[in-house]
Amino acid sequence: MSRRPEPAQAQDPARHRLSPTRTLDIDPLIEDPATRIVVCCGSGGVGKTTTAAALGLRAAERGRKVVVLTIDPARRLAQSMGIDSLDNTPRRVKGIDDSAGGELHAMMLDMKRTFDEIVEGHADPDRAAAILGNPFYQSLSAGFAGTQEYMAMEKLGQLRSRDEWDLIVVDTPPSRSALDFLDAPKRLGSFLDGKLIRVLLAPAKVGGRAGMKFLNVGMSMMTGALGKVLGGQLLKDVQTFVAAMDSMFGGFRTRADATYKLLQAPGTAFLVVAAPERDALREAAYFVERLAAEEMPLAGLVLNRVHGSGADRLSAERALAAAENLEDSRIVDQVDGKAGLRNSPETYGSSESLAPTGSLAPTGSPDPAGSPDPAESPAHTEDTADADSPETTDADADRSVDRLTAGLLRLHAERMRLLSREQRTRDRFTALHPEVAVTEVAALPGDVHDLAGLRDIGDRLAADRPELPETP
Amino acid sequence: MSRLQVVSGKGGTGKTTVAAALALALATEGKRTLLVEVEGRQGIAQLFETEALPYEERKIAVAPGGGEVYALAIDAELALLDYLQMFYKLGGAGRALKKLGAIDFATTIAPGVRDVLLTGKACEAVRRKDRNGRFVYDYVVMDAPPTGRITRFLNVNDEVAGLAKIGPIHNQAQAVMRVLKSPETAVHLVTLLEEMPVQETADGIAELRAARLPVGRVVVNMVRPEVLDGDGLELATAVPRSSIARALSSAGLGGARRGGHAERLVDPLLAQAEEYAERYALETEQRAVLTDLDVPLHELPLLAEGMDLAGLYQLARELREQGMS
Repeated sequence: MSRRPEPAQAQDPARHRLSPTRTLDIDPLIEDPATRIVVCCGSGGVGKTTTAAALGLRAAERGRKVVVLTIDPARRLAQSMGIDSLDNTPRRVKGIDDSAGGELHAMMLDMKRTFDEIVEGHADPDRAAAILGNPFYQSLSAGFAGTQEYMAMEKLGQLRSRDEWDLIVVDTPPSRSALDFLDAPKRLGSFLDGKLIRVLLAPAKVGGRAGMKFLNVGMSMMTGALGKVLGGQLLKDVQTFVAAMDSMFGGFRTRADATYKLLQAPGTAFLVVAAPERDALREAAYFVERLAAEEMPLAGLVLNRVHGSGADRLSAERALAAAENLEDSRIVDQVDGKAGLRNSPETYGSSESLAPTGSLAPTGSPDPAGSPDPAESPAHTEDTADADSPETTDADADRSVDRLTAGLLRLHAERMRLLSREQRTRDRFTALHPEVAVTEVAALPGDVHDLAGLRDIGDRLAADRPELPETP
Repeated sequence: MSRLQVVSGKGGTGKTTVAAALALALATEGKRTLLVEVEGRQGIAQLFETEALPYEERKIAVAPGGGEVYALAIDAELALLDYLQMFYKLGGAGRALKKLGAIDFATTIAPGVRDVLLTGKACEAVRRKDRNGRFVYDYVVMDAPPTGRITRFLNVNDEVAGLAKIGPIHNQAQAVMRVLKSPETAVHLVTLLEEMPVQETADGIAELRAARLPVGRVVVNMVRPEVLDGDGLELATAVPRSSIARALSSAGLGGARRGGHAERLVDPLLAQAEEYAERYALETEQRAVLTDLDVPLHELPLLAEGMDLAGLYQLARELREQGMS
């Protein structure tokens, strides 16, 4: 499946690339009219919401009519899209480039409201009021495990059935585990359809059911036991709730099944989002396996926050050695030792701080103590610009440049260690799932909270191709 | 020092790691701690590099100076069956309830029951005594749900106590609440020096305070080393590129002339410094927000080699040195 030869990438110093197996092409995916739903899933804190918003914006600016369903966006990001108030309906996002004829709408899920609307839409007013006022319903709808996931699915089904948009991009809830997203709807559905419901409904219906003596005996035992455990009042509330919702259960189950099928349909594409960190990629691997088991269509992995370096041929070790070299020569230069104290190399840990005397000889300056002015070293002979300055100022300036340069090198060493850590983590994932197409998104130093930032992320999401060298 | 230490934090901030390090730190010098997990993720087992934890208290680590860390992955369903057996001798009926889906119902869908079972089990461990009347565990550390849900999770007993106005669940909920709202408990929040986690931390603290739950400390995790300070960063924008090239060259990294090895390093290195500067400014801003929260602040370093067992002990040492245990 690999489309381009790999070795060339290793030669490209512009970006430290983590040996990709397959490249995920974002643009063909979001431009294809056959793609109707994109689901972004993954563990918490990996940039799912931002990825979903960036994909939505990119698709809209390429001419599609898009709605982004977000669950829990950062405040400023929500503000920038104009969806910071919770009204549970999609709103048009202003400020996008609509020259290609596209539109971007966005909404933030209000799970309680979504639940209430289902109740109101499927029960007559009296019954709806009874349900909405039941304490059991209030707790259930306000956010216990699974409700958010279920309501996200419900909303997705609603948006899809309105058929107003070419493309729906869904962000998934920050679940305990990414898998909850797939499990919860089913669990709720099977509960609402289950035997327990019949048991709980039993007191109201006992007379009405013939031929169920055995079950009735069992039921009274059960309700007795439940009453003991839960307390009479709670059980009564549950029974009222269940009785009131009874008429809707079929509907819940049917819609849960329909949404599930929708997710398996060819128009849906799952994107697993992760960061190059151990836990996030482990969750991503679980998710990939789970999607396969459920026959859900996986488009690929979005790997956010991948670091690169323009100087990746300078290893961490060499950078550190060079930094020490610069710092050491300064200590020796400074007769009173002040610089040595002020710029203690301790910051980086114990192994480096052992170096001061030992590293001098092998690394360079032939006579450190005898040459207070580093301008005499070979590299400086070509330069004459500073020659006029008084010697002391010159040496001070050089020292501060040395200090700065040492800092730059230490930063670089830190970056290179990060790169190799990311690469190891990523390699572990690729070894497990070589079939998964991957796109990498280079890390940004800051947070994203406006459309320009999202556009930038979108470019980075799609930028995998142009950076690859052209094959002759 | 509170005996129940609850650790929460936004997803991705490393709350499980901090909880584990805290359990180790608290066990140092002959103490015994119990580290409990309530979300069924087996994060503790992965961290301590052992097989999946059963619903059973099991020793997983030895702390410096002879202390012991036990771990328990609380499973709501098993905890409920436990209760049924313990309080009502309902072993057989429990199985029947399970068949009907009642256990599933109670632990996954019934409002709050799951959370009551989880916090209830942790509180039971806090209060448990041995034959001699001594506490079995000196400390219990809970790897709790994320910041966004923590107040609701801990406060759910209040809600349930209101919902079930009498009966054993009501009593149980009240007993748990007495522990959770007392100084015996401290709720810590883990964050990173980034906008969203810091914002969530601020929101979380406000919610905890409003619910009268005891706020403990804020732990800033994965703090990157300060390689260049403000002055250094300012200098980076002022110094001529050629001077840096010469310094690189004098450190043995090749020629400083245009196109030389050292000269070609200058741009990428300065680009990295620029990214660092931007991050540095953001981090300074976020640190100020955290300082304003008026909660004791601890910082744990980013481990250069990634998280492993050795790193966990290192973080435990840090927490100890910073007086968190």
